[in-house]
Amino acid sequence: MLEPTAEKGTTVDPLEIARWQFGITTVYHFWMVPLTLGLGPVVAIFQTLWVRTGNPQYLRMTKFWGKLYLINFIMGVATGIVQEFQFGMAWSEYSRFVGDVFGAPLAMEGLLAFFFESTFLGLWIFGWDRLPKKLHLAALWIGVAGSIVSAFFIIVANSWMQHPVGVELVDGRPVLVDIFAVLTNNTALTAYSHTIFGALGVGAAFLIGIGWYHLWQRRKDGIDTVDASGRVVVGENLAVPGRDRADHGVWIKSLRIGAVVAILGFGGVALTGDLQAKLMFDQQPMKMAAAEAACQDGTSFSILAIGDVGAKDCSQVVGVLEVPGLLSFLAHGDFTTDIKGVNTLVPEYQAKYGTTTADGTTVNYVPVMAVTYWGFRLMIGFGALAAFAAVVALWLTRKGTVPRSKWIMRLALLGILAPFAANSAGWIFTEMGRQPFVVAPNPNPSGVDGVFMFTASAVSSTATAGELLFSLISLTLVYGALMVVEVTLLVKFVRGGIAGVMPPEDTPADDDTDVLAFAY
Amino acid sequence: MELLPTIWFIAIGLLWIGYLLLEGFDLGVGMHMLVSGRTEGQRRVMLNTIGPVWDGNEVWLLTAGAATFAAFPFWYASLFSTLYIPLVLVLLGLIFRAVGIEYRGKGNSQRWLTFWTWAIGLGSFVTAFGIGAALALTTTGLPLDENGNRVGGPFVWLTPYAVLGGLAVIGFCLVHAAVFLGLKTDGSVRERSRGFVVRVAPFALLPIVVWVLAIQFTSGTIVTWAIVVVAVLAVVFGYVNARRGREGLAFIGIAAFLFAGCASIFAAVYPVVLPSTIDHAFDLTISNAASGDYTLTVMTWVTAFGLPLVLLYQGYTYWVFRKRLTETHLPEPHPVEPAVVR
Repeated sequence: MLEPTAEKGTTVDPLEIARWQFGITTVYHFWMVPLTLGLGPVVAIFQTLWVRTGNPQYLRMTKFWGKLYLINFIMGVATGIVQEFQFGMAWSEYSRFVGDVFGAPLAMEGLLAFFFESTFLGLWIFGWDRLPKKLHLAALWIGVAGSIVSAFFIIVANSWMQHPVGVELVDGRPVLVDIFAVLTNNTALTAYSHTIFGALGVGAAFLIGIGWYHLWQRRKDGIDTVDASGRVVVGENLAVPGRDRADHGVWIKSLRIGAVVAILGFGGVALTGDLQAKLMFDQQPMKMAAAEAACQDGTSFSILAIGDVGAKDCSQVVGVLEVPGLLSFLAHGDFTTDIKGVNTLVPEYQAKYGTTTADGTTVNYVPVMAVTYWGFRLMIGFGALAAFAAVVALWLTRKGTVPRSKWIMRLALLGILAPFAANSAGWIFTEMGRQPFVVAPNPNPSGVDGVFMFTASAVSSTATAGELLFSLISLTLVYGALMVVEVTLLVKFVRGGIAGVMPPEDTPADDDTDVLAFAY
Repeated sequence: MELLPTIWFIAIGLLWIGYLLLEGFDLGVGMHMLVSGRTEGQRRVMLNTIGPVWDGNEVWLLTAGAATFAAFPFWYASLFSTLYIPLVLVLLGLIFRAVGIEYRGKGNSQRWLTFWTWAIGLGSFVTAFGIGAALALTTTGLPLDENGNRVGGPFVWLTPYAVLGGLAVIGFCLVHAAVFLGLKTDGSVRERSRGFVVRVAPFALLPIVVWVLAIQFTSGTIVTWAIVVVAVLAVVFGYVNARRGREGLAFIGIAAFLFAGCASIFAAVYPVVLPSTIDHAFDLTISNAASGDYTLTVMTWVTAFGLPLVLLYQGYTYWVFRKRLTETHLPEPHPVEPAVVR
């Protein structure tokens, strides 16, 4: 965090507005993205099962989850372009500094991934009944693969800011010399797998929560009952569109597949997270010290600390519950190596990277510890909660339906939010933990240690507070309103169930009238 | 001769032409939903002509932006930071338009439909204006100092050239989309679109012609003037065929007009990518704004592999959805009711 300088103290600092804008628009964008990444493969698997087995249940699952997927997908598209433009608009000094290396993965994302994603999803949306079945399925898989490859290039770009590799310093500016080093940056590979597993968790929680709601609604409406031995008796109520016998299978399958995906996803998240943490202790020791609010060197992992963890001099942090040796284990795989605390690291950073920025502002090398400490714990906490909920869901539904309890149903729906929260907390932690750098130095013995940039030097020097406030306020208001619209539409289509996405009178289009299977 | 920066100057020119050619009719269709659509049926037919393709078309913008960042970071940084306000408006326009296209059909009330029609229509107008202003200014110049930073306030970009460029792209999109709708629909939308081209095209295309000529008079060469002649022939060819009801030929004419018109502009300003109106010593050129040769080589390989593929599968999409649309092709909208026992 940067201290406002005395001269700027009375006015709004453009840097702070630009940072809030980047934070708000990125966190928001990354609510849509993990759902797209997580739900896409699931929909593609459902359609594959339908094409292979011909079982209409899988067609229904494809149509229902595909509809929710698209309602969300478009919001990711609409908010994604803001991200690319923002670098040049608000962070032009950053763009000039990193342009030789940072633009390439963004352009690759467009050419090698996003074109595939957008074009083939368009084919998929409008291609029902028009393309041969297998080609139509292939369109979806290519679109979904496009989104997953797209995430790779974006994480490559971000990881270069965490750990700049593949460059040489020429006239004080990083110049790309090895694109493969950038693409195989170990920071990127771990962060990418961590992100993909985390996204699967988001998609899975959707399947669990919404599947749960429908099974509960069927029980509430007296359609499904449970006999004396605890087994589910599947019924139907043809007065309610969509509520036939096969409808039950749609939801229980979705739910249980979701639970399995969630467990796999969170397992992957834990493993890759551990790898990431070990790298980060090497690459960004200050970030990890701040994640622990660890002022002194030590080996203990803090589960709970009280006091003001954001206090600058570390004097007020009081560890309440600590596990001796665990931090060393997370960082190095043993229980005894001391991990450097903030008080040790600050002089090291000052010696290497100076005490002031180019314009003479004093640099504070300690990230906002309240954010990093709690961001790290909320990420792990919400992730673990979601994984635990998935296991419970698998157990509670083992006989083929859900309990009648309205409260458990509500918890299942609320549980959808947990992996979203874990994703946001993780990103806020990793981006705030990189401060005061926008491009963090690479202290590895092999790294180009001189390549770094302070966030304070990255903002557009021409941007006025007025311009930035205009965009911050207008984007935030529009984003807020569109969130209401998206959630309203999602709720509407969730409650509509299968009949909402496949109207009963929907007979295959005959060739004379040639009515489209889908139109806006 | 700086080969790689020249290749990338051409590549970015092509990306912008691709964008205007493809999203040009998407934006124009959005405008026509407000301007020419009289009934809900007509508006739906219009929207569905671009339904399967608009999102893929928009990626051309994203790629043009990212390629500029990768190949000419100093151009990208100066242009985008100087045009902060118009680009915010472009972003808001693109957001409303994209969400509108996807969400409009997911509700039934008149208020819902009307709101999203306006969101798509106004979003398209604002986007076209902002993109046009940005492209006009990068060819005519902005007040930049020796570091490529803006001299002056947030509205220093708002010059006659910005307005000319904005109107040029709006006018082009309206005509281009009307030709496109004539080609892609049947029935009342086809009739109305043809009428629009015949009546409005000569006026709506004036601003883009003025822009092309203004560039030629300041920095034209014999070669670029020759390209202008091709552009003029193309647009006359397109217009004559539009009058005769030959929609395919009309579309080829207007597409060739766009291609040649843009090519004449890019060729005339080369090697300057963003002139400074303060001092031409501060101009950003393909030499001082470009990335290093290694980066440009990498990007050349990526593009040589990626772009032909893009053309191939986007072309395939247009082929799959080549049929003319009419109102009878559109499925009835159906209400989505909660699946509960009342």
